Amino acid sequence: MRRLELWLYVAQRGSALVLAPLVLLHLGVILYAVGGGLSAAEILARTRSSLLWPAVYGLFVAAAAVHGAIGLRVVIREWSEWRGRSLDLAALGFVLLLLLLGLRAVTAIA
Amino acid sequence: MSTPLTVEIWRGTEQGRFETYQVPTQPSQTVLDLVTYVQRKLDPTLAYRFACRVGVCGSCAMTVNGTPRWTCRTHVNKVASGGRVRIAPLRNLPVLRDLATDMAPLFDKGQQAMGRFVAAEAEAAAVAVVPPEDPKRKEVDAAIECIGCGVCYAGCDVVAWRPDYLGPAALNRAWTLVNDVRDGDRRGHLQAVAADAGCHACHSHQACAEHCPVGLNPSRSIAGLKRLVLMAAIKGEL
Repeated sequence: MRRLELWLYVAQRGSALVLAPLVLLHLGVILYAVGGGLSAAEILARTRSSLLWPAVYGLFVAAAAVHGAIGLRVVIREWSEWRGRSLDLAALGFVLLLLLLGLRAVTAIA
Repeated sequence: MSTPLTVEIWRGTEQGRFETYQVPTQPSQTVLDLVTYVQRKLDPTLAYRFACRVGVCGSCAMTVNGTPRWTCRTHVNKVASGGRVRIAPLRNLPVLRDLATDMAPLFDKGQQAMGRFVAAEAEAAAVAVVPPEDPKRKEVDAAIECIGCGVCYAGCDVVAWRPDYLGPAALNRAWTLVNDVRDGDRRGHLQAVAADAGCHACHSHQACAEHCPVGLNPSRSIAGLKRLVLMAAIKGEL
C-alpha cells in the first residue's frame, strides 16, 4: 500500500483519540459497578436494556484492536529483524484476533 | 597540584576495550583537552577528530560518561564523577578507530531525507525577500543552526532500534527546507520524509532536543513534518 506508514500513523492517532475517553468511561463503569455492589445478573440486565452499551463497547474493541496491532507492529520492527509483507499480514491477523475476542465479549453483554 | 583525573578512553574499533590514563587537571579544562593531552603526551596512536575547538564545526562529538556531547565545549568539572571521566565514540555510527566514527551514515541520510535546497525558478530570476517576522522564516530560524555534529543521531533510541531510520538531524534539515519559500520542491522533500523509515518512525522521546549542544529541537521539527505530510496527503499533494 502506498504511504502505508503515514496511514498507519493516522489510524494510530485516530484510534487513540477514540480510546482515551472510552478507557475513562470503562474505568468509571467498573468503579460504579463494584462500588455499588451490583451482581453479575444486575449488570447484564442493565447492559442488555440498551443498544448503547454494546455499541460503545464494540467501538472500544475496534479502536483497541487497531491501536494495539499497529503498536505491536512498531515494537516488533524495532526489537527484531522481522519486516515486510509477512509482518504486515501478521499484524492484520492480530487485529482480527482482537476483534474476534473482543466482539465475542460484546455479544455476551448485548 | 591537584589529583590527576582518571580518564578511560575507548581503544579499538567495534571490538575494543577502555584504557585508563592519568591526566593532570587544569582550570577550565574541556573533555577535548583531556583527549588531546592523552594523544600528545601519553599515547600518540590515539585516534580522534576535532577542528575548530570552539563549538562551530561539529567534529569533536563523543560519548562522555554515557552521554553524547560536543567535547570542546564540555567542561570536565561539569561531567567528571568521582575524579573519573569515561570517553567513548558516538553511538549509532560505525567506529573507525578509537574515538573516531564514520559519519557517512549521518550525511547519507541527510541526502535520503532530501535535505538539500532546490532553487525555485523564481529564485533564479530575483532575490527573494523573506521578512524576519514571516512565520515560516521563524520556523526555519528555530531549526537552521545545526552544526552536523551527530550528537542527536547518537542520542536517538529509534536510530539504535531501527538503523534505517533517517534520524533527527536529517529530518530537522528537511523541515527547514519545506519552510523555505525559496525552495522549489516542497513535494519532493515531503515525499522523502514520508518514506518507510522517515518522520513517522519518531516516537517523540525528545532525546535529540535534550542532547543537542546548540539547543535545537529536532523532535519539534519532526512533529511539524508529520503534520505537513498529513495535510499534503489529504489534499492529494503527496
